[in-house]
Amino acid sequence: MIYLDSAATSLHKPPQVARAVAEAISSLGNPARGAHGASLAADRTIYETRRLLAAFFGCPRAENVVFTSNATEALNVAICGLLGPGDRAVTTDLEHNSVLRPLYELQDRGLRLDFVPADARGRVDWADFERLLVPGVKAVICTHASNLTGYSLDLARVAALAHSRGALLIVDASQTAGLLPIHMEDMGIDLLCFTGHKGLMGPQGTGGLCLRPGLELRPFKRGGSGVHSFDRAQPREYPTRLEAGTLNAHGIAGLKAALDYINAVGRARLYAAEHSRTLRFYEGVLRIPGVRVYGDFSQPLRAGIVSLNIRDEDSAAVADALAVDFDIAVRAGAHCAPRMHRALGTEEQGAVRFSFSPFTTELEVDTAIEAVKTLAAE
Amino acid sequence: MRERKPRLFFSFAATAAAMEAERLCREAGLPGRLVPVPRQITAGCGLAWMTEPAEGERVRAFLTERGAAYQDCVLLDF
Repeated sequence: MIYLDSAATSLHKPPQVARAVAEAISSLGNPARGAHGASLAADRTIYETRRLLAAFFGCPRAENVVFTSNATEALNVAICGLLGPGDRAVTTDLEHNSVLRPLYELQDRGLRLDFVPADARGRVDWADFERLLVPGVKAVICTHASNLTGYSLDLARVAALAHSRGALLIVDASQTAGLLPIHMEDMGIDLLCFTGHKGLMGPQGTGGLCLRPGLELRPFKRGGSGVHSFDRAQPREYPTRLEAGTLNAHGIAGLKAALDYINAVGRARLYAAEHSRTLRFYEGVLRIPGVRVYGDFSQPLRAGIVSLNIRDEDSAAVADALAVDFDIAVRAGAHCAPRMHRALGTEEQGAVRFSFSPFTTELEVDTAIEAVKTLAAE
Repeated sequence: MRERKPRLFFSFAATAAAMEAERLCREAGLPGRLVPVPRQITAGCGLAWMTEPAEGERVRAFLTERGAAYQDCVLLDF
């Protein structure tokens, strides 16, 4: 199989990730639930992973790295922990439902919500950010890169604008963590939400958020913490405040192995490999008669995604033909990005999304281009 | 039960702080180990760094110098 669905999850992971999970699952106890060797081994694994993530994302303190089961949970923790009825927030048309649905829920309860629109190529106009970021806006919530077009936002610019109006910046880095440069302090990110199983190449069931020190978030869930057992309330200290329940120490061990791999190889080198495959595919399909490619490919830093349609064919039928006839795995449909599809005019048809990884080979890209050519000629 | 001896305990507000203290002490070769926090100590973390009383000042000064936040330092028979 040629796997071109890395925006959904990375399939090709460094082999040490699986080895680390296998070792952890038979050796780690419950973290923060005892002081015996197995429990402490889990604590140490988790803490070392916090330190690696803090360094990787430019988060000043390891204890401000909070683990969740994925980016969706991290975004729910961030959005629902910070915003409430009566608050005002700004987001964009680029967002995934992991951002939109928690915001819509709050909107129904009295949050005032404005959207920075996307144009027909999936881009934003900075004048709209300027217009919508009025005093009183509490937070801007935006993706680092669209999961449909790969188009990326300049986070430092968003942060500077948000801070100048007294707002915080919450970032969804689902499509960029592990590949694009992210530094919270340098860029001015207040809350960074990430998943472990995409660009970071860790196991599914891992993810988290990094908080700028000084931020106060209400706990999203409450429960066992291993400490303060007689207190009625969740402990206030980070990360315990936001981490009720047993952590996924086994998955986090795999994420640690993935981070060690990325640090050894170099994030920039991995990104360069992915980006070159993305552009190779884009250039290969751009001029095929009947093929329409969505998005803006002029950015040097973008997610490794190319979405297209063949004439007015149902994107599901194209993806199925690619899977059945060519053994190529892609994703069709709406990609949990309803507003982006509306902006692109693909609400009915959906789109066929090809997404790449540093491990995608040129041969795989060329085979996929030929497959699109064949289908477009039928 | 084993005979109790005076020991010095450093408590922490959260497990992450205990992990950081352990890492720093181990890297510096300071004696001690993490143990379940004794019942006489009220702490945010269920772990405490236990060391010999004679090492107390050295560990206290080291953790303070390295910015490792401990919650309390208590001498107990353990």
